[in-house]
Amino acid sequence: MFDFVSFFPRAVMQGIPLLFGSTGEILTEKSGNLNLGIPGIMYVGGISGVIGSFFYEQATKGSAMNGFLAVMIPILCSLLGSLLMGLLYCFLTVTLRANQNVTGLAMTTFGVGVGNFFGGSLIKLTGSEVPSIALSNTSLFFKVGLPGGNAGWFGQLFLSYGFLAYVAIIIALGASYFLNHTRPGLHLRAVGESASTADAAGINVTKYKYLATCIGSMIAGLGGLYYVMDYANGVWSNNAFGDRGWLAIALVIFTIWRPNVSILASILFGGLYIINIYLPTPGGQMAVKELYKMLPYVITLLVLIVVSLRKKREDQPPAFLGLSYFREER
Amino acid sequence: MRKQSLFHISKRDTLPLGKALLIRGGILLLALVFCGLVTTLLTGQNPISVYGTILSGAFGTSRRIGVTARSVAILLGISLAVTPAFKMRFWNIGAEGQTLIGCLATTACMITLEDKLPNAALIIVSLIAALLAGALWGFLPAFFKAKWNTNETLFTLMMNYIAMQLASFFIIVWEVPKGAGKIGIINQSTRAGWLPEIGNAYMLPILIVAIMTGFMYIYLTYSKHGYEIAVVGESQRTASYAGIKVDRVIIRTMVLSGALCALMGFLLTSGVDHTLTTTIVDSRGFTAVMVSWMSKFNPFIMIASSLLLVTMDRGASEVASALSLNHSFADILTGIILFFIIATEFFITYKVTLRKNSKKEA
Amino acid sequence: MENKCAIKMENITKRFGSVVANNAINMELREGEILSLLGENGSGKTTLMNMLSGIYFPDEGQIYIHDKPVTIASPKDAFDLGIGMIHQHFKLVDLFTATENIILGLEGKLDLNNARKKVQEICDRYGFDIDPDMKIYDMSVSQKQTVEIVKVLYRGADILILDEPTAVLTPQETEKLFAVMRNMKADGKSLIIITHKLHEVLEVSDRVAVLRKGEYIGDVMTKDADQQSLTDMMVGHSVTLNIDRPMPVNVTPRLKLEGLTVFDELGVKRLDNVSFTINAGEVLGVAGVAGSGQRELLESIAGLYPITSGSVTFYPPEGDTPQEMAGKDPMDIRRAGIAMSFVPEDRLGMGLVGSMGMTGNMMLRSWRKGKGVFLNRKDPEALAQRIWQELEVVTPSTNFPVRRMSGGNVQKVLVGREIAQQPSVLMTAYAVRGLDINTSYTIYNLLTEQKMKGVAVVYVGEDLDVLLELCDRIVVLCGGQVSGVVDARTTNKLEVGALMTRVGGGAAENA
Repeated sequence: MFDFVSFFPRAVMQGIPLLFGSTGEILTEKSGNLNLGIPGIMYVGGISGVIGSFFYEQATKGSAMNGFLAVMIPILCSLLGSLLMGLLYCFLTVTLRANQNVTGLAMTTFGVGVGNFFGGSLIKLTGSEVPSIALSNTSLFFKVGLPGGNAGWFGQLFLSYGFLAYVAIIIALGASYFLNHTRPGLHLRAVGESASTADAAGINVTKYKYLATCIGSMIAGLGGLYYVMDYANGVWSNNAFGDRGWLAIALVIFTIWRPNVSILASILFGGLYIINIYLPTPGGQMAVKELYKMLPYVITLLVLIVVSLRKKREDQPPAFLGLSYFREER
Repeated sequence: MRKQSLFHISKRDTLPLGKALLIRGGILLLALVFCGLVTTLLTGQNPISVYGTILSGAFGTSRRIGVTARSVAILLGISLAVTPAFKMRFWNIGAEGQTLIGCLATTACMITLEDKLPNAALIIVSLIAALLAGALWGFLPAFFKAKWNTNETLFTLMMNYIAMQLASFFIIVWEVPKGAGKIGIINQSTRAGWLPEIGNAYMLPILIVAIMTGFMYIYLTYSKHGYEIAVVGESQRTASYAGIKVDRVIIRTMVLSGALCALMGFLLTSGVDHTLTTTIVDSRGFTAVMVSWMSKFNPFIMIASSLLLVTMDRGASEVASALSLNHSFADILTGIILFFIIATEFFITYKVTLRKNSKKEA
Repeated sequence: MENKCAIKMENITKRFGSVVANNAINMELREGEILSLLGENGSGKTTLMNMLSGIYFPDEGQIYIHDKPVTIASPKDAFDLGIGMIHQHFKLVDLFTATENIILGLEGKLDLNNARKKVQEICDRYGFDIDPDMKIYDMSVSQKQTVEIVKVLYRGADILILDEPTAVLTPQETEKLFAVMRNMKADGKSLIIITHKLHEVLEVSDRVAVLRKGEYIGDVMTKDADQQSLTDMMVGHSVTLNIDRPMPVNVTPRLKLEGLTVFDELGVKRLDNVSFTINAGEVLGVAGVAGSGQRELLESIAGLYPITSGSVTFYPPEGDTPQEMAGKDPMDIRRAGIAMSFVPEDRLGMGLVGSMGMTGNMMLRSWRKGKGVFLNRKDPEALAQRIWQELEVVTPSTNFPVRRMSGGNVQKVLVGREIAQQPSVLMTAYAVRGLDINTSYTIYNLLTEQKMKGVAVVYVGEDLDVLLELCDRIVVLCGGQVSGVVDARTTNKLEVGALMTRVGGGAAENA
């Protein structure tokens, strides 16, 4: 039979990077920015944390690491890296009104490049004497779970994750509350639905777009950090993060722009990503695994189609998604 | 005290062509200098020798020139393929999947029909299969866009990964040897389904894309279809008013777009790489979106844009290998150049002036 | 000075590219008065007011609010100064409720319950009838306008600017609005109402300021003004239209509409059992308050709007068998040999392609002509050259994007092209909106010329004076129904005005 207790935590760990990514992208899209640079930003978020932690580990070689610094240095580096990416995106699309799709795709090319370049060349560039980037010491600090994490099925299912996993869930819940129950949240949604209306109402459209996109980028970047530090045990390997960034964007559509739904949906997506290990492969055909991996995309596509068929106004993408706003347009 | 924006931004009437070119050229030069700086910063090499390495990496030997030219052709081909859709303001970012599905269809024919058909027939069947598969990949998002206004950007994005997983599936089905997880060179001994070479290994794809460039220019500029596409892109209401069947134009154009992407996929598998991997398209479907856009949808400017990006890509790879650095260095430089080009458009479209009365005392 | 100034504008200039929208305007609004800002379409009223509400920023000049110099760089600045503007195009988020829209842009903790209460209070006080929790996309136009007004009141604005608020209202709703405006004035608020309807100016305002072609002409106390003097100020010289109107000859039915009924995407009935006849050799006017079904009427005939029931029958000039047009799209109609020309209301959004030049736009009608896959550019180019010369279109070349031309030239290109199709039916919607007097007369003459050639001309207009002097018969629409068909030579403004606001007022008495 299917071993749920071992399956579920793995699904969660697969889902957490997606949750970070989709929460970040939802905030961004609610401001009307379709940031297709998210996959790149998640790479940058990951590699920035790796670089920070790499230097810290090098500096403390031999001696004991300070747990607080070991966690904070990578997090701050990761946030900084993603913030810079977010700022770049905003500068190009909001201030310079560039096409969002083109800018986003260029950001992804660039971000993935940055990730793989430094991941592959960090050792060479710094002249270090280590064979590969394996930040296992730092990783241990990231993997500290809640007490009782390995006691019984309950512990395994709910308490066994590194702290960033809980951070992801808190951020998603927070984002959901922010969007639906706070004034800035209302304003942000107005910017994405109709930037000209928001502008006329005295809302600083540019400020909201910058803030939402930059904060969204930083949240998404943490997904990259979680992946390396927790899921991959501190080992960076090029392209290992794969297409998770795009999956995060799929998740945004799948949850019809709702971060709280994203918590469960990310676990579902994570589960679909690895379910092939748990399900029997008909006739011993290993290839079927790849078809299971297709499921998240197919389901997302179906959601997209159904939503557009039903035409329910509340479920549509933000009306100004993908458009730049220029007040004196005439 | 109230703050007031220091800059005043307004749309330019029109920039004389010469001035626009000057701005573009200047920014491009700036981008290249900046790339040089970044390289120097990261590698400690002097920028001039870096550019020497880049140029020799792209054009150093006749083989390199051939490879570079062929890569330009493939990127250009995909860029041309996405262009009609973009002119229609249909944001097709699914070229990656449309090309890959073409590779997959070609592979399927080459593997399953290897010994069942004469070579010429096999090539033709592969080509038709690729075109049909690409057409289908273009048809689906267009159909839903036309009928229910389903967001095409998100739709085509998902289709990329469906194509990718399909390819992964078949790669394992057809893997050689069992358990290798890859296909390797298809029909290596028989060369069944391989495109014949004209002169050398590079000529045929280049020729095909050259023809395609001319075709696309004529199609967009002089044909009735091209006119319909331009009108639909400008305003769907105007199109209906003029008796253009908008739904039909959207679907037809995307079918063409998808099929042409798949034609490039066919070239890749049958004429260039003779294999199928999930990364065979190598993000060129996405790069093509940028090439098409930054060339203002003009097929001839696309030649130059593709050449620039491919040169930087191949050159930077050469720099990276010379210094035993990671090859993704090329992506960083490509990204930087793209950012500069994206930013340039603003200064060509808008005029920025300092406010005269910004310091006026209350 | 007895009254302090709520607003004082000094030497305000605003340019868009090479167009001067406002030229050195000096204007003031006194505290506690209702000021009408009067001017023709395109005279710069809305642009001027947008600089008060922070949408545009003046290129030159200084604004004073309550006698203090201010800089209004954003709508937020305007709110902070107590200025609230109700735009002609509503600035509402469709997806939000009335309350959410009303509090949009305010600061402080979000308390929807409290806000809802406050909204309800304002509604009760002025007798507005809106549900605070209703989504905007479920609302009618006048409900949306109410939300806009409540929004401004909610913010406690003491200066209100209303941009053509009555264009979309029924007379009863207009009366209600004016009552509210008087209440607000009694509360000590200062109001500006932008309009070009003279009787409204005279009814509601204390003082009238007039703009013409971006220039400030002057102001006059309403009690000292009458329709004639205001018209003189607005158009510069006294207007007697004197449109040349020959008697129609050879009048025969060309299009018969019977029981035409259409619904929009949201399922709202836009045309309700509309029946009348359009004759060849006549100019048929269509009158009605904005949004009474004019657009839907023309677009259903042109095959651009789905017809739910009813028929549109075409009687060919050669006397062949009549043809049914309902259910055909524009291409089917063309293929059936029906030469129908249509000058739509939205010139650049429907009738023309803004980014193309005259030649490219001529091709909109001819692109399909000729065998093979290639476009014929020669004939459209020749046509463009002809229209360029005959109608004196001001443009550097036939490839110059029409979007960059002035409104009058854009319309010449459109009308010129439609007439060149040698139509048997020519439909026009607001053909002279935003045009100067000279161009307007050019258009009137072209339409009359077509009528004398035996074309069935339909003229949808908003200016009753023009309708009465240009047309032979007038169909009046009200709420999607035909409220009357009158003879333009014998009727008068009062009769048409009454029909415009009354459903079923003796429908089709004079056929």
